[in-house]
Amino acid sequence: MVFITLQSSVRPLIKLINVTREFQGTGKALDDVSFHIRKGEFAFLTGHSGSGKTTVLRLIHLADRPTTGETRVSGFSSDRTSRREVWKLRRRVGYVFQDFRLLPGRTALENVAFALEVTGARSTGIKPRAQRLLTQVGLASKAGSMASELSGGEQQRVAVARALANEPLVLLADEPTGNLDDRATRGIMELFWELNTFGMAVLMATHDLELVRKYPRARVLELDQGKLVYDSVKAPMVESSPPDQAQASTAGG
Amino acid sequence: MYTLREAILAFKRSPLLTGLSAAMVGAALFVMGLFALATHNLRLALESVEERIEVVAYIRDGARNDEILLARRELLALPEVLGVELITKEEALEIARRDLPEFGELFTDPAVNPLPASLEVQLRPGRRNPETVERVAAHARAYPFVEDVQFGREWVDKLFTLRRMGGLTASVMVAAFAMVAALIIGAAVRIAVFARREEIRIMQLVGARDGFIRRPFLVEGAITGLLGGLMALALTYGTFWVVFRYLFSVAWIPAEWAGLGLLSGTVFGVFASGLAVRKHLREV
Repeated sequence: MVFITLQSSVRPLIKLINVTREFQGTGKALDDVSFHIRKGEFAFLTGHSGSGKTTVLRLIHLADRPTTGETRVSGFSSDRTSRREVWKLRRRVGYVFQDFRLLPGRTALENVAFALEVTGARSTGIKPRAQRLLTQVGLASKAGSMASELSGGEQQRVAVARALANEPLVLLADEPTGNLDDRATRGIMELFWELNTFGMAVLMATHDLELVRKYPRARVLELDQGKLVYDSVKAPMVESSPPDQAQASTAGG
Repeated sequence: MYTLREAILAFKRSPLLTGLSAAMVGAALFVMGLFALATHNLRLALESVEERIEVVAYIRDGARNDEILLARRELLALPEVLGVELITKEEALEIARRDLPEFGELFTDPAVNPLPASLEVQLRPGRRNPETVERVAAHARAYPFVEDVQFGREWVDKLFTLRRMGGLTASVMVAAFAMVAALIIGAAVRIAVFARREEIRIMQLVGARDGFIRRPFLVEGAITGLLGGLMALALTYGTFWVVFRYLFSVAWIPAEWAGLGLLSGTVFGVFASGLAVRKHLREV
């Protein structure tokens, strides 16, 4: 409960206001979803495959726009941010994927440096900064290794280092442990918690409830068929909170 | 700096793909080059024939010299006239003796000269069309001492029609070839950009500006187009050399045509690259 009180005193970083996203042919991927994520918060976005988790992350990242409703991320509204201005938002929001999305023909260092280069960092500072970021994610010794030669866990760490290049306020992670073994998953989760401890908000989409249960202090948002059916912060108000989720939330509070 | 480095690195990272793109551009422009070579030589051939277009005014025997010289001055003052040459009866006889030796017996006695004196009027390049020729001929015919005016009306008409048809055909073919070349260049560059779509996605992901993302691709497109243009130029020159050396004498295309070919390859490359990147930028 102390956790919830602390969080509620901080200004929202991400707001979804009655967001509906409808696709032609497949219907509603999201249906009237509203929630806030505050600075420094760690939240899991759970739900079955196709429940709308990735759509939420894409909407927050302005890779997509709501059919109705609005997203607001660090002052950038989906209604008012033009396509030309999206880059400004993206420098405040880091993003990691299940499949890492590294450039395989480049080294770990070059992959991180690439993010700095293309966002206009000064050329003299790029290499040391990329090296520092790799050190931060525990991969300093692999800086010169080609991305394609790294293990899954290592590749994901490089992806996280790249996502941190612009010192984002929030890290969006879409099933970041989906391709990793238990040990690598633990390593990545520890890294996320560490980043969160230093003030970065983390919103992580995962269908792995076992993993979610291991982190009872985190907030849990559950989507089902595009609807937000559970929010551990508002657990008592949600009608259909699944018992296993509710338990995880109670343990955390 | 980043832009140029990335564009050059792209060639180093996937030399086969970029080489293939440049080769496709080169092949497309080579067809244009061959066409330019053929068109240029046909044009030169037509021009050399056109140079022979002249209006010849034959002068009655006994015409006064001052009248003829005045007429020559007046004809020379016409804007479409390049030059007027007076061929006297004696000169005409000399020419006939030289050019028609088989009729030499006819021209042995200088006292019996059946050939008339004449004014040969050359027209300026670009004015050798049937209307102008007709007008100059009419002007010459108006002098009372002019017995007859010849300019090969049918021949001039045919030549002019041939020229017009040639020009029209060349324009249509250039447009068609240019369109095909543009499509091929577009496809070649699109393939190169498609191979790097992941890079574009990552750049967007981390917050690169669209302009920043686009720039290295535009430079890469320009380099691909320029390389293709140079390849096409080399191939065209090779063809020219082989034809010139082993078949018949042909002229090399004017430098500005070659320059235009290189420039259009480069511009097409930039344009196609810009379009391809734009498509990928809009995907995310």
